Amino acid sequence: MLYIIRRLVLFIVTVALVSIITFGVFQILPGDPVKTMLGTEADEVQIESLRKELGLDRPLHEQYMDWVQGLFTGDLGNSIRFSMPVSDLLMDRLPVTLSVASLALVIVLFVALPLGIFVAKRQNKISDVLLSSATQLGMAIPSFWLGMILIIYIGMNFDFFKINGYVPWSESIAGALSTLVLPALTIAIPQIAVKFRYVRTSILEQMQLDYVRTIRSKGLPEKIVMYKHILKNSMIPILTIFGLITAEVVAGTIIVEQVFALPGVGQLLITSISYRDFPLVQGIVMYITVTVVFINFVVDILYSVIDPRIRLR
Amino acid sequence: MFKRKYWLVLALLFVMFIISACSEEGTETNTENEGEKETATATPAGPQEIRVRVNDDPDFLDPHRATASLSFQQILNMFEGLFLPQPDGSLTEGLAESYEVSEDGLTYTFKIRQGVKFHNGDPLTTDDVVYTFERLMGLNGGEKLSKNFDNVASIDAPDATTFVMTLKEPNSNFLYSLTALQSAILPKSNDGKHNENPIGTGPFAFAKYSPGTNLELKKNEEYWQEGLPYLDKVTFVYQSDDQAAVMNLLAGEVDLTGVPGHRVAEVEGSFNISHQNNNSSLIITFNEEKEPFNNLKVRQAINMAISKQDIIDSIFSGYATPQGSNMSPAMGDYYLDGLQDVYSFDVEKAKKLLAEAGYPDGFKTKITVSSHNDMYPNIAQIAVENLKQIGIDVEIETVEWGIWLERVYFGRDYEMTTIDLTGRPSAYEILNDYISTNDNENFFRFKNDEYDQVMADVLKETDREKQIEYYQRAQEILTEQATAVYIADYEILWGSKKNITGLKSYPFWFHDMKEVKFN
Repeated sequence: MLYIIRRLVLFIVTVALVSIITFGVFQILPGDPVKTMLGTEADEVQIESLRKELGLDRPLHEQYMDWVQGLFTGDLGNSIRFSMPVSDLLMDRLPVTLSVASLALVIVLFVALPLGIFVAKRQNKISDVLLSSATQLGMAIPSFWLGMILIIYIGMNFDFFKINGYVPWSESIAGALSTLVLPALTIAIPQIAVKFRYVRTSILEQMQLDYVRTIRSKGLPEKIVMYKHILKNSMIPILTIFGLITAEVVAGTIIVEQVFALPGVGQLLITSISYRDFPLVQGIVMYITVTVVFINFVVDILYSVIDPRIRLR
Repeated sequence: MFKRKYWLVLALLFVMFIISACSEEGTETNTENEGEKETATATPAGPQEIRVRVNDDPDFLDPHRATASLSFQQILNMFEGLFLPQPDGSLTEGLAESYEVSEDGLTYTFKIRQGVKFHNGDPLTTDDVVYTFERLMGLNGGEKLSKNFDNVASIDAPDATTFVMTLKEPNSNFLYSLTALQSAILPKSNDGKHNENPIGTGPFAFAKYSPGTNLELKKNEEYWQEGLPYLDKVTFVYQSDDQAAVMNLLAGEVDLTGVPGHRVAEVEGSFNISHQNNNSSLIITFNEEKEPFNNLKVRQAINMAISKQDIIDSIFSGYATPQGSNMSPAMGDYYLDGLQDVYSFDVEKAKKLLAEAGYPDGFKTKITVSSHNDMYPNIAQIAVENLKQIGIDVEIETVEWGIWLERVYFGRDYEMTTIDLTGRPSAYEILNDYISTNDNENFFRFKNDEYDQVMADVLKETDREKQIEYYQRAQEILTEQATAVYIADYEILWGSKKNITGLKSYPFWFHDMKEVKFN
């Protein structure tokens, strides 16, 4: 309980700091939201009337306090660029990003884990050497390039895949998958490369420990040795990395959504930054902060589930 | 315990596979359906729907608040003004059935067209017209939304079909501020909701807007022009990347998109390519208040040192018309031909001019460009190479669009820059950027007394032939003064499906869908 309270306090402090920093950065950065939105064709009358309407002519601390107050009532304010509530925009976009991110995570999990085990069992054999060098390549591939390649060679050749936009799950499961699989693969492939090496190393470490020799000498079948003992004991470091990867996958969606024109939170973030739409940026940064902190929290709790010796302190 | 969990996860995975396998079968039937849909759109009986790709969201759906040309490109399908702009740059009567101008050029009397309905079913009345102009001028309690009507002394509706506007001073360009670009007629009953739920009288009505994704418009069944429009639905799809947009066209996910010049060859065979004179002026310009750009000879030397043809060939694959002043041939009679040859590419002469100006060894300067379109940094690179030949050492500074606007366009804190000045239907609005008192738009800091005089005189002139003379003189002055390097009016190349007809091109950004249909 105390642990959870401490986590909560840490969470609030993190969010507060992040919000002050993003707010501050936007005051320092050159570029004005109203002018950026209206462009070269605006006259000063239009600029002034919009600035007044948005309340951007008020002192900074007032603007910030208003925003914080709104936060407590669940009101994230209005987007400057789209003149609609930030929360509406986020709610529209969240399902897209969460779908891509979870699909990518599932792919990473179900490819990297078996692959890692497979390779660990064949240490220094030809398949191990081949796969390990392939990962070097996988890690080096930039995701925007991989995305384009997938669009050109898979998206353009198979009618199933759509290379633009998003179909909601509620409309058609196949439709949703047709728009999500390629982006998810784009995020997953480099991550698999990184991840499966961790699995391999972690398992190899365990295999060299004394207890493994002991249970083997007891005559336990190799399957039980591997899945019941080695794998279970190597889960802690693997889990830590998965926590980190989740954060990377969420960040990865930002680029991938751009490449596939997916209307997700990442695409919204890029738009909002270039338009200096700070209420929207604040909202999105909050979302990312909450997600990452939450995932770390879940990972911490999972530690104790997997290894009861670890107590939540 | 762990083992059980692992099996559970495996079971989930299995279910996923089954779902995806099923859905693949599902999509086969799906694509078949799409095929059917396509053949259906080919026959006039089926619902006709077009998907048009555009780069970005509109800034506002409310036509009085919107300023970006990209916004009007889309929303002009929903709105109309008293006058309608035509593809050749002229105007015809729109919601005004007829009009009269008094002899002193001050009083404009309009007969409002009868039988026109707004998208919500309300009939168009003079009340709505009065409301529209009061809203723009800030007379009904709200903020002033436009300064186009600062010259209006009074507006009045003496009877149910007549609308009268009185000006403070004659203005020969006034009718151009009565199109939907500047003053779309909006229904009074929709006050306060023009942005969330825009209502106009145009051929298409607002259906749905999903920010960052698309804008859906539906057919206005009661449109006042008989038999129009043909399409049942228009969807503007947002996709900022030009290269990806071409792939979308090839994959059949959009019906119409702009195609970069170097990709025309790929698209040409299976799609129609139409060329639109953009009516813009792509320029490399200088801050004329700063040394050495306040020196005419320096500006002329730069004009001679930059190879317009290099830029046209490499950036636009040749699809551009070289310019010599800030006017595009798309403007018809107003355009003065021949100015493009005044400063022909001549390195030796440029060096000589530079020496005469007192810079025999050249100088160092900086060109600030926006990164929001690859075009600008690419043009800067060519210019830098060109200028190196006459000893001018230029550093390229690439900044975000927002920063460019703040620092260069509004802040005037720059030495050189490149930008394209968007076309407008009125010659006056194109050329007024250079008037020394137009502090808002004159980011060149150009100041020329004769120019100011010509632009003041033209507003008082009612004879079109004489107006043209003034506008052509203004273009000449810009060339003589080497105000900027006027590079070209680049063409916008639209790639569209072969069965689409009725696309029109205007001297400003407007995807007019009124007469578009699938054959």
